[in-house]
Amino acid sequence: MDATEIGLWGVPLAILGGAIRVSTPFIFVSLGEAITERSGRINLGLEGTLVFGAMTAYAVAVMTGSPWLGLVAAAGAGLCFGLFHGWICKFRGVNDIAIGIALMLFGSGLAFFFGKAFIQPSAPDLPAIAFGGWSNIPQVQAALNVNVLFLIGAALAVFLWWAFRNTRAGLIVRVVGDSSDAARAIGLNPNTVRLLATGVGGALAGIGGAYLSLYYPGSWTERISSGQGLMAVALVIFARWNPLGCFAAALLFGGAGALGPALQSVGVTQGYYLFYAAPYILTLIIMIATSSPSRTLAGAPGELSITK
Amino acid sequence: MSGSIGKKAVGVETIGMTMRFGAFTALDDVSIKVPAGSFHALLGENGAGKSTLVKCMMGFYHPTAGDMLVDGREVAIASPKDASALGLGMVYQHFTLVPSLTGAENLVISREKVPGVIDWRKERAALAQFMQRMPFKLPLDVKVAELAAGEKQKLEIIKQLYLGRSFLVLDEPTSVLTPGEAQEVLGLVRDMTRTGDLTVLMISHKFHEVTAFADDITVLRKGRLTGTGKVSELSHKQMAAMMIGDQPIAALDSRAPVPAGARQVLTVKSLKAPDRTGLKTIDIGELDVKSGEIVGVAGISGNGQKEFLEVLAGQRARNGGDVLVKGSPYGASRSEARTLNVRFIPEEPLRNACAPKMTVAENMAFRTFDLNEAGKPVNWIRMSAIRDYAARLVEQFKVKTASLASPISSLSGGNVQRAVLARELTGEVDLLIVSNPCFGLDFSAVAEIRARIMKARNAGAAVLLMSEDLDELLELSDRIFVMSDGALVYETPIAQASVQTIGEHMAGHH
Repeated sequence: MDATEIGLWGVPLAILGGAIRVSTPFIFVSLGEAITERSGRINLGLEGTLVFGAMTAYAVAVMTGSPWLGLVAAAGAGLCFGLFHGWICKFRGVNDIAIGIALMLFGSGLAFFFGKAFIQPSAPDLPAIAFGGWSNIPQVQAALNVNVLFLIGAALAVFLWWAFRNTRAGLIVRVVGDSSDAARAIGLNPNTVRLLATGVGGALAGIGGAYLSLYYPGSWTERISSGQGLMAVALVIFARWNPLGCFAAALLFGGAGALGPALQSVGVTQGYYLFYAAPYILTLIIMIATSSPSRTLAGAPGELSITK
Repeated sequence: MSGSIGKKAVGVETIGMTMRFGAFTALDDVSIKVPAGSFHALLGENGAGKSTLVKCMMGFYHPTAGDMLVDGREVAIASPKDASALGLGMVYQHFTLVPSLTGAENLVISREKVPGVIDWRKERAALAQFMQRMPFKLPLDVKVAELAAGEKQKLEIIKQLYLGRSFLVLDEPTSVLTPGEAQEVLGLVRDMTRTGDLTVLMISHKFHEVTAFADDITVLRKGRLTGTGKVSELSHKQMAAMMIGDQPIAALDSRAPVPAGARQVLTVKSLKAPDRTGLKTIDIGELDVKSGEIVGVAGISGNGQKEFLEVLAGQRARNGGDVLVKGSPYGASRSEARTLNVRFIPEEPLRNACAPKMTVAENMAFRTFDLNEAGKPVNWIRMSAIRDYAARLVEQFKVKTASLASPISSLSGGNVQRAVLARELTGEVDLLIVSNPCFGLDFSAVAEIRARIMKARNAGAAVLLMSEDLDELLELSDRIFVMSDGALVYETPIAQASVQTIGEHMAGHH
């Protein structure tokens, strides 16, 4: 595994591999958040959902021996968190952002509480498919070792993009997200739609968490998430609420996250810690570059509290 | 079910419709009759009960008493769903289309039954076929947000027809349209009533529209039916009498001629600023307002008037250009407004010119609370002085309030506007900037507020009046500008002003 064998080519390769590996939780959380935000609500609690999902998946996988059951359990836990958020937010005067922050702390706290017992035992991993078999360079093989969840995430992004235009459910979510009045006028109950959209968003965030604990990094610790859940929210805005954009943005963030380790692996020994901060700096730069004091965001759902 | 326009128009009647909210009677024993295929106008001031009546008819409210007949048969309408099943539909004053969806998406999703997966090729073909039988053509593949107001209003009507409705309530359908668009839309709707495809009940307060298009009218005042009859047999005066009863109406001061050597108070030169979307800029080439004249700015909402006003008020940064008041640059700071005597009455005063939860007295003192009698800044604020000052103004401007200590949000719209007017018009006023001052107010308040503005003009103030109500501009202005697409595109002295030409410029047809 000596990276210098292929020289500086290791850097883009490691970034590619990292993009695929690191981006998966981003993809799921941001797609979930895209659904929630398209329905006119913002759920900042997905960070907590992600951590709780990671713990649940790990615990269930340890106990049953099946990573897939862990995945389902994580999705179920995420669904509950999402539905809880959606249910509280239907009451008058409740602010979705404040509830989101409360649930973020609650989800993480609850995960730490239940997860203490699962820090030691090891759980089976989710399977990956080796697309790099044609090459005999270990770096290429490592980079192209793609987890099934990444592929599912990619397919889901395409499906959501199609579904927002071509299905009844997709149109209903967009109607509710853009105008509560219009939704009521055609006999829809915005609260119900948002409840379900927040639930689905939570379930997807739970799956993102399962990926963290069951594949990469692949174990349960209290520091398993480094703010992916929060960054995914920023990413949705950056992607203009477009599922395909979310996928691309997740890859970009994943790649940025892999920059630090990649530089370290080719022997850059100074300042690589700075590159560990790349995703965060990228978030900041993107938010600044895409905002403007004098205009509203193009494509923003009209009912979203942050864009009103 | 998609667009069965073959369905014939239905007639609708209400009998003894009564609606009470607690102790308040919003609607008192109102019976109206709208025969099939007629164009019926419902007149009344704000709060007269017009919308309560139609909401009872459409199933949004459950009337305390009263019955509905559709085509002579008694029906029970418990929800808007029941109403639509009977073919009754409503077009709201504010658009209910979803801005980010295309016209086609809006139509399909509003249908009762939408398939889980939408086959757009099939839907598009069906829509094209449906549109062929429609009197107006519309692009269905662009986002609704990109349509002009007139097109949106047409799409709202088309949506109702697509859903198979044959009785339509139109709630002030032309308030967002240019005169030309209003003519076109109402004309098309009337043609459909003539052919027996549609029955229309239109809520309106524009007499000229009622006279031009409606067959019959019903007038409500304070929840009661005060008159009904054929439009052909009634004059505007008689309709107005039914609407407002015998309350006194403030008379407008006669217009004093603008003195020949009147000094120029407001000068705007090549002012540029980004608009709300940030994609376009507004560009005011040259505008001046002299002392003792009212300059009106006409335009359909969303053509940059709001942004222009915000720049003048200091709420929006400008990219370039000059705003001069009496020759000195004006940046809307508190001290500049004070020394140059600039006063400002924005639209929706409760939201834009008041702190809603602060008291009436405090709100009325916003301009002066930090000054003493000699006009010097003070360190300690005397509440008693604020109260005395407010009491004087309340008396003078006839603001109806329970007490000076009530929050200003508890006042009615007309009284909030009176309180703001009192604050802004007291003291020396050299420049008055006003926007939509009478929006949503009743007859007597409108007359009084217009009279106050005219009085300020005659006393030598330069007035810049922006309004979406062309009648208001024609009544008050000495000169009228038309704003379209962020620029002033037309100027006319009032003597030569024609609604036709102004309307064409508003629509951007020049």
